[in-house]
Amino acid sequence: MFPRLVYESFRHQARRKLLAGIAITLGVAVATAMIAVATDIGDKINRELRSYGANLVVTPQEDTLDVEVGGINLKPPSDGAFLNEADLPKIRGTFWHNNIVGFSPMLPVTVRLGDRDTSDVTLLGTYFNKALSFGKDNFTTGVRITHPWWKVSCGDGKESPNCGWPTDDSQNVLLGERLATKLDRKPGDTIEVSGRQLAISGILSTGGAEDDQIVAPLALAQQILGKPGAVRRVYVSALTKPQDALSVRDPKTMTPEVYDRWYCSPYVESIAYQLQEVIPHSRAEQIRQVAQNEGTVLSRIKGLMLLITFAALFASALAVSAAMATAIYERRVEVGLMKALGAGNLAVSAIFFAEALLLAIAGGIAGFSAGALLARQIGRSIFNSQISIEPVLFPIIIAIAVFVTFAGSAAAIRRAVKFDPVFALRGEG
Amino acid sequence: MTTSTVSDTLLDPKQVADRRARAPHTSMFARMLLRAAVLRRRHAASALLAMIVAAAVATAMMNLYVDVQAKLRTEFRNYGANVIIVAKDGQSLPADSLGKVESVLGAKTLAIPFSYAVARTKDGQSVVVAGTDLNRAQQLNRWWKIIPYAGVQLIPEDKDWVPPKAALIGVLAATVVSPDRQPFELSFHGRTITLQPSGSLQTGAGEDSRIYLDQSEFQNWTGVAPSTIEVAANGTAAEVEASIRQLAQLLPSAEIRPVRQIMEGEANVLNKTHATLYVSAALIVFTSALCVLATLIGWVFDRRRDFAIMKALGASERLLNGFFAAEAAALGMVGAILGFFIGIGVAAWIGRVNFHAPVVPRFSVFPYVLAGSIIVALLSAILPITMLRRIQPAIILRGE
Repeated sequence: MFPRLVYESFRHQARRKLLAGIAITLGVAVATAMIAVATDIGDKINRELRSYGANLVVTPQEDTLDVEVGGINLKPPSDGAFLNEADLPKIRGTFWHNNIVGFSPMLPVTVRLGDRDTSDVTLLGTYFNKALSFGKDNFTTGVRITHPWWKVSCGDGKESPNCGWPTDDSQNVLLGERLATKLDRKPGDTIEVSGRQLAISGILSTGGAEDDQIVAPLALAQQILGKPGAVRRVYVSALTKPQDALSVRDPKTMTPEVYDRWYCSPYVESIAYQLQEVIPHSRAEQIRQVAQNEGTVLSRIKGLMLLITFAALFASALAVSAAMATAIYERRVEVGLMKALGAGNLAVSAIFFAEALLLAIAGGIAGFSAGALLARQIGRSIFNSQISIEPVLFPIIIAIAVFVTFAGSAAAIRRAVKFDPVFALRGEG
Repeated sequence: MTTSTVSDTLLDPKQVADRRARAPHTSMFARMLLRAAVLRRRHAASALLAMIVAAAVATAMMNLYVDVQAKLRTEFRNYGANVIIVAKDGQSLPADSLGKVESVLGAKTLAIPFSYAVARTKDGQSVVVAGTDLNRAQQLNRWWKIIPYAGVQLIPEDKDWVPPKAALIGVLAATVVSPDRQPFELSFHGRTITLQPSGSLQTGAGEDSRIYLDQSEFQNWTGVAPSTIEVAANGTAAEVEASIRQLAQLLPSAEIRPVRQIMEGEANVLNKTHATLYVSAALIVFTSALCVLATLIGWVFDRRRDFAIMKALGASERLLNGFFAAEAAALGMVGAILGFFIGIGVAAWIGRVNFHAPVVPRFSVFPYVLAGSIIVALLSAILPITMLRRIQPAIILRGE
């Protein structure tokens, strides 16, 4: 009899059940999407923060002092130590290689321009978008990944197919925009650098010291310097975990267990330590301007999303409760009839709760799928990447949906059950 | 039908007439509205509650949406200068540059002059020495890791106190000039100065191989005036652009550049956060509207007997529609006003918890919340009324 009552209720009041079901579905969908976005936002914003550029720099251990003022390097060109370019792919062999977004080697060379009696200019050798491999792992890296604010144009701010990034194996260079104005050169022109005629493939704008420099493929800079394989420093862009009490400890003073935990956490300090391990005679250090601020920005945005998710959960719980309360309140006549036929309070409540349970599960499943789709859409349109939904979220969401539906129905069911059947049947609600 | 009407009739008719005569004359329409709210206060209260909650949530979200950008922007200023003023061709900036910059951007903006010179150590090594206002440079560059050497007071309590020829040594420079933290000599164009390391500076960038001195100390020694001013300009990208243009007019001899790395990184992260917040706010406002819709439909539907009685007594369709619409609008209005203030409180609380600064109440949001609430309330009233209109009053009154 009990299942039949519930079944008939759904069959005869399909429209009302549909309305309540829609409310639950929408509420659950919003809750699911918000939880998915909130749990993933840290990761997404961390990736966006990489647009600030590298957060680690690797330099030779025994280096002489940099003597650089206003982007002009006054250090004698062959002075100081170098890193070996052949060691760089090993960066992909570190424990946290998946967190390393990219790296760019830099080799500044002071050169004299051939055609005119100008002062010395810095030629910076680097990777633009170089294809490398480490073991079976093929990847590309360079300034186009680590320095996303570097823009190449034709010098007038417009992009065109005639001017662009040079390839890493070419003899073409980029001219910093201020240097280009000073020398009055355009893409397509050539420039004489230390006796070589180099073609200018584009004008580089960075808002930094590079605007006064020539930027060339690393191999070309090494040829000009006469030191094959030499790299002055390497900028590494890595996804890191914000600093905490453990991260700043000195690895030398740690117990083995603490050391393992430190080593296996993607702190900027432990990634620096691992870079030092794979690149011989190197000193890896965090670029504090970038690394230190990431944590604050990240925690602010994560905290904000967490609070907003609570607001969303609260609003959807309220919407579901309101819909359920309304649906039950309308059925007082039915309750009156059942009670007049001898149904006890318990039996009547049981029917309502069974209905609520069915609605919650059906609405929960539909809402979870809709929420997952919504989260994916949000991820794709805002962050251009997937927002993944943990499967573990499914039972939690269903449980929350059932709980909220029950909680929302409870007060209405109690009132409906308490209502005198006589009044209900006479229609004096 | 209810206790209050019954008790009214039980009173002395004369008293009642008296009271009614003294009572302010209100139209039947207004009285119907008022009585409906008073007599069915439990239902009215639950509908109002839904309205208030929805309006509060919507207000809080809109407030946050408007204010979070400003809040995050101040966080982004921790990344340091976003505008750099450089003298052209290695010259020094005119002496009044800093004053001009501050007059354009306001004294609250951090604008810090830097001057650079290449000095030589005793054994002939070149090292870059910079002169600046060290206290303010630390405010601008909060990521500077400064370890004061014991016994040397680096940041004096008194602002005017200048450390006697003390220098902040970059960690790499320290290994060259003063590995044992002893005083060392530097010479610049034949003029020698003895400096006492007061602490080490670590940044992971160019600063590590420099030595920092107080500006006046530096200028006394080298005679070199500031060539660079680093500015942390507040405001949106457009406001910063406007400041740059203004500065360019005031300082024709200097070059004013935005720091693209900082500006673009900030714009990128802000845009993404803003878009996420926008979607979240839209979803939450939508859910709250749904909540109001569900509650109000129930409320209006529940009053079908009033509807039927009015219709049976000869109320026109227009009057009925007007009555329910007015009721819904009144509910929406009251809910919006109460909800607005609660919402402002919620937004302020979120601001305090997350950003350690309250979100400033935006009263400009109020018209939107008010209009939205009334529209949602009207929508929720229209739906059940159109359903009821089709039914004969007798059927409703018979309770079928």
